[in-house]
Amino acid sequence: MSDTKIPQGGYAARQPGHHPVALYPPYRTSVKRSPQAAPLSFPTSIGEESGPVFGHDLLGPLDADLLHNYAQDGASAIGPRIIVHGKVRDQFDRPVAGALIEVWQANAGGRYRHKKEGYIAPLDPNFGGCGRTITREDGSYEFRTVLPGPYPWPNGPNDWRPAHIHFSLFGAGFAQRLITQMYFEGDPLIWRCPIVGSIGDKSAVERLIAPLDMNRTVPMDARAYEFNITLRGRRQTMFENRMEGL
Amino acid sequence: MGDLPETASQTAGPYVHIGCTPNFAGITGVYDEDLGARMITGDVAGERITLTGQVFDGTGTPLRDAMVEAWQADAGGRYAGQDGADPHFTGFGRCACDQATGAFTFETVKPGETPWPQGGTQAPHITLWIVARGINLGLHTRVYFPGDPALETDPVLGRIEHRVRVQTLIADAEKDGVYRFNIHLQGADETVFFDV
Repeated sequence: MSDTKIPQGGYAARQPGHHPVALYPPYRTSVKRSPQAAPLSFPTSIGEESGPVFGHDLLGPLDADLLHNYAQDGASAIGPRIIVHGKVRDQFDRPVAGALIEVWQANAGGRYRHKKEGYIAPLDPNFGGCGRTITREDGSYEFRTVLPGPYPWPNGPNDWRPAHIHFSLFGAGFAQRLITQMYFEGDPLIWRCPIVGSIGDKSAVERLIAPLDMNRTVPMDARAYEFNITLRGRRQTMFENRMEGL
Repeated sequence: MGDLPETASQTAGPYVHIGCTPNFAGITGVYDEDLGARMITGDVAGERITLTGQVFDGTGTPLRDAMVEAWQADAGGRYAGQDGADPHFTGFGRCACDQATGAFTFETVKPGETPWPQGGTQAPHITLWIVARGINLGLHTRVYFPGDPALETDPVLGRIEHRVRVQTLIADAEKDGVYRFNIHLQGADETVFFDV
């Protein structure tokens, strides 16, 4: 894709078919927390097309290393070591550089470090469960962590969430703001999960499932998973006489 | 031109605070300070205000597990990063709702008017983004300020077909410099949310 066709207008509308529906009764909490009225559409303006920018000075040396960023000196988190990497691009296939990615997850036993957590699996004293990084010029990112465990949750009588890592992304504009979850190839719980089920399009679910990437595996150290993310893109402006569509 | 499918949203879940406000969640020593904890970083221009409120579900219960983010222009109507923007104002705030009351609070400045792409201006407003367990796609809305003559000509408010719902986007002036903006996810007072 050449850079000469960069869309410069407002953000393209969200693609509702690729997103979960707001009201999905099998995910019980959505029943009283889902808006009933249709959302109001309007063309994006400067407030949606701009967004907070976070520089690399925000990052500490261990922010992208969840194995060690909460561990005592000389220790590391317990569990299968993995590298998660991928690229963030927009829907017009442009890399999104400088995007802040925040991640959070349960430990290898499926337990979150949170006072509201109700699962009896043990806490790992050397695992906090949060990390962050910023995408490079080509939109790529990478962090290191443990494979999170699946865990039970109080939805149906016996619901278990597939292993997952939460991703929060700040792209170039606030309209791109996205929180999603990455799932792991081969997990039989994915297709049983009511939260996953809130997405009607099977291919949209498949794009949330990161494949094992043996090419990036570090022998005798860590396996790797590849998770690519697509954010909304900016359209070509309809007003060719106005720069940046403004 | 390619049109790749956007990555699907998923709920932020009940543990969003681990990743987004770890210090608030009791996970200390990883980040010095939670992101978005301060919108004002120095001698900021304009009127300082407090924006506070709660997020209510369809039963009228305040959410105590939500996270609310704010993005706004400075007092001069410029967003951080634009030429002439106030160097002491980030425009970005992030707040975990209080675990007992569900209240969110931003210490900020009253924004100025901002341009509209088709010409004219938008009334001063703050964009809010709400995520929580049970919300499958983060919700965008806007806070406007009561009594502002610019509300009459605001292009976004003008697009609201059901005029009785316009009030859901206008804060209440509680006392000097304190504005309350309650968000209703459902029901007769359901807040207008945006497809942006």
